[in-house]
Amino acid sequence: MSAEPVIATSQLTKRYGSVTAVDRIDLLVRQGDRYGFLGPNGSGKTTTVRMLLGLVFATSGTVELLGRPVPRQARSVLGQIGALVEEPAAYPHLSARANLRLLDAAGPPVGDGPAADRTGSRRTRRRRIDEALERVGLADVGRRPVRAYSLGMRQRLGLAAALVRTPRLLVLDEPTNGLDPRGIREVRDLLMTLNQAGTTVFLSSHLLAEVELFCTRVGVLDRGRLVAQDDLSALRGPTGRTVVRVDDGAAARALFGGRVAAARDGHLVLEGVTVAEATARLVREGIDVLEAVPERRTLEDTVLGLTS
Amino acid sequence: MIAVELRKLLIRRRTWVSVLLLCLLPVVVAVFLSVTEIAPRPGEGPTLLSAVLGNGALYPAAALGIVLPFFLPIAVAVVAGEAIAGEAAVGTLRYLLVRPVGRTRLLIAKLVSVLAFTLVSVVAVAVTGYVAGVTLLGTATAATTTTLSGTSLTTADVAWRTGVMVLYIGWSMVGVAAVSLLLSTLTDSALAAALGGLAVLVTSTVLVALDAAGAVRDYLPTRYWLAWVDLFRDPVLWHDVNRGVLVQLAYVVVLLGAAWANFATRDVTS
Repeated sequence: MSAEPVIATSQLTKRYGSVTAVDRIDLLVRQGDRYGFLGPNGSGKTTTVRMLLGLVFATSGTVELLGRPVPRQARSVLGQIGALVEEPAAYPHLSARANLRLLDAAGPPVGDGPAADRTGSRRTRRRRIDEALERVGLADVGRRPVRAYSLGMRQRLGLAAALVRTPRLLVLDEPTNGLDPRGIREVRDLLMTLNQAGTTVFLSSHLLAEVELFCTRVGVLDRGRLVAQDDLSALRGPTGRTVVRVDDGAAARALFGGRVAAARDGHLVLEGVTVAEATARLVREGIDVLEAVPERRTLEDTVLGLTS
Repeated sequence: MIAVELRKLLIRRRTWVSVLLLCLLPVVVAVFLSVTEIAPRPGEGPTLLSAVLGNGALYPAAALGIVLPFFLPIAVAVVAGEAIAGEAAVGTLRYLLVRPVGRTRLLIAKLVSVLAFTLVSVVAVAVTGYVAGVTLLGTATAATTTTLSGTSLTTADVAWRTGVMVLYIGWSMVGVAAVSLLLSTLTDSALAAALGGLAVLVTSTVLVALDAAGAVRDYLPTRYWLAWVDLFRDPVLWHDVNRGVLVQLAYVVVLLGAAWANFATRDVTS
């Protein structure tokens, strides 16, 4: 893992008049991370993403992408970043390929690195576009105009646009919006593959389940403040309680008495008893133990607890 | 980026439909003139029309005179208003900027593409005017043309005067484009930008005709729009044409400067 962070913000703040949309946040995304940027609607996620990409100018604080300050040196880094900001967008009267060609031709080739396909060069354009469309499952769209696309197809096209230049970093805002369950799975697998090949993924979402399934690191935004930023495993730490499932619930209740904090669906939640102690006592009493695990917080509990 | 913008303009059906419509109006007028041979009385109706019955070679000038007051500015304002606001409305603006395309570069590319549209429109109208004029109205007998001053012009004379006129009208349209381009950076609605540009135009036209506004008249953007008529006098009256070019220049510089200053520093939230 390289020492240089992929995204680092320092005291990043955006105020619109008297409203503080983003309040002194310090994001840190390391190389190879699958970073989940969580927060309820209106918490400032999109404004933050837009500041990262140089679309919105920060009131104060700094942004560094791939070690370069943004927006000052945005031009030299943005070519190495693939982005999906809110919804995908394309010229409705043109085909997917025509859209990708125009967008690719609009920007400068990126001269960083030897790989021919990391550049936006004209020579490799056709191949890069075909590959990107193939990856997102749009290889056979042909010449139909984007106007005729379903929401899911547009989403895939947006992803393809982000992939055309084999980016080092993907910044994706709600990338599975409008996809069916199979599509969501395909996109997650694709992102996983890209991540394993070295692409850092910054995924902004309000879907806890999606972040929990995909991400290694999570930042939680609440009303403009970054209230948590940690590895997923740390955020989902044990609560210190034990969950057991037994064949004779009534007997087990009687056994633990006041230690039973909750009982639901045949499970008992025990306060102040370790898994080992609980199992030993149950077995001694002749109660069959079907399951005994330490209780873990779900990401949902953690996030809802943090975001009030 | 400029090549990409030009390409976008060229592959867009709307571009060609508007050019076609612009060319259609002078043809329709020419048909009526040739069928009825009723010319507007001198001093009435569109400029120069009285003269063209005698010689179709003057018709390119007359054709531009017909589309200049309304159609041409509308077409230019629509294309210029679309420039940034149109991208913002579809959502492609943010993807262009993130690609990355520098904001100044994008604005210049848009401006060039609007200029290209303007030039293509003006030239297309002039060419259509020439063809319609010559075929429907016929050329004057001795290949000479009468100026508004009553003297005769050679074909070469008509040609260069028409050329200068095309440039002058094109330059007048750049003023329209600049207004709409500025508005286009201020709003995310292409329609609002186009209509705003036209509102400025209408206001200016009304004030030019208003004696009470005489004090500011000479500084209004449309004040010298019709000065190209002076190109068809003998000798050419350059005074108003020159003033027109300068007034237009001042507007273009200020408006485009404002457009750049705004677009380069504003938050893109579309």
